[in-house]
Amino acid sequence: MSCQIRPLWPPFVAGIVLGLVVLLTFVLVGNGMGSSGAFARVATEIGLQIAPEATRENGYLGSMAQGNPLAAWIVLAAVGILIGGILASISSGRFRVKVDRGSGRIGVGTRLALALAGGVLSGFGSRLAAGCTSGVGLSNTAMLGVAGFVFLIAFFVAGLLISLFMRRVW
Amino acid sequence: MDYGMAGTALATGLLFGFVLEQAGFGSPCKLTAQFRLTDWSVFKVMFTAIVVAAVGILLLQINNTFGSQGFYVAEMYLWGTILGGLLIGVGFAIGGYCPGTSLVGLGSGRIDGFVFMLGMVLGVWGFAAVYDTSLIQTVMTTAQASARTVPEFFGVSPWLVVAAMVLMLIGGFAVGRALERRSNGVYSAEDITEGRAPGESDELGRDLGREATSASRQSEAT
Repeated sequence: MSCQIRPLWPPFVAGIVLGLVVLLTFVLVGNGMGSSGAFARVATEIGLQIAPEATRENGYLGSMAQGNPLAAWIVLAAVGILIGGILASISSGRFRVKVDRGSGRIGVGTRLALALAGGVLSGFGSRLAAGCTSGVGLSNTAMLGVAGFVFLIAFFVAGLLISLFMRRVW
Repeated sequence: MDYGMAGTALATGLLFGFVLEQAGFGSPCKLTAQFRLTDWSVFKVMFTAIVVAAVGILLLQINNTFGSQGFYVAEMYLWGTILGGLLIGVGFAIGGYCPGTSLVGLGSGRIDGFVFMLGMVLGVWGFAAVYDTSLIQTVMTTAQASARTVPEFFGVSPWLVVAAMVLMLIGGFAVGRALERRSNGVYSAEDITEGRAPGESDELGRDLGREATSASRQSEAT
């Protein structure tokens, strides 16, 4: 590979910069950064394309069905996160198109099935908690919110327990 | 939404994703290593960021700078938050990402990140399908917390809460460092890019760490 792989930022440095980014978001927008809301918006928009009546009549999606999803702040922020990931990985020589199977102990099909299943649970869970690791775990906790602390405890407990059964994957 | 708001959304999102990738959080392997307790980067980065942002927010609130008393804090419904946190934790352990990091995973070229995103759309539809049931309505609307923030909830100064978080941060760094030393160590940029476990030999069969150790042993013997 001609492009040299640059080292990762030390966790403490990355943490300080990430905290400043969250702080900047609060100052500019009045609330923190979020990610999962964008997927609720996109799910609504796709629903409007393939089943418009069912989507408008749905108790949850119906309230989001008004307005252009691209006008939603959270969708543009998610596009920004994607672009940020692209710029950082390309400029550091870490961009690789691949199915990431860790050290390769599982097949491509298994990995994609696990990724899909994890996404389904995450998408469902993010609607129950009205946010995800970014919006509740990071931004709400930075405001010392009760929700953030409760979310992080539940998130870590579940992750620690389930990963006991996932050791052979990575 | 005007162009200014669109600009802040793109710019702050871009910075957020850029930092996450630089921390190695596009890699599902590195992310889930937190739960295998072999790489504590997720805890270190997240908790440092929370403390830095919390201190900054408290400082801005002193004179209500930028109208910072109005920073948004969502109210909490206990069961929704716990169940949601559990499901996102399970999804993270199984799928290797959370919603934000799947975007970073895709941004660094990972197709499994995109598949995780497709899964999330399906998960939202699944939620919408059962939203009107009495079970989900009960979970979403009962057990509302009496306060939105921890200092309000316990009736203490926010600075006391931040001080406790700083102690947890220091403790977490110490425990993390000890456990990282017991395992093969943290995932480096090469490990997550080339798909290797830390300490594993590279494609030429060399293990730089072990080579250095054996070299120093040889020099000691002579």
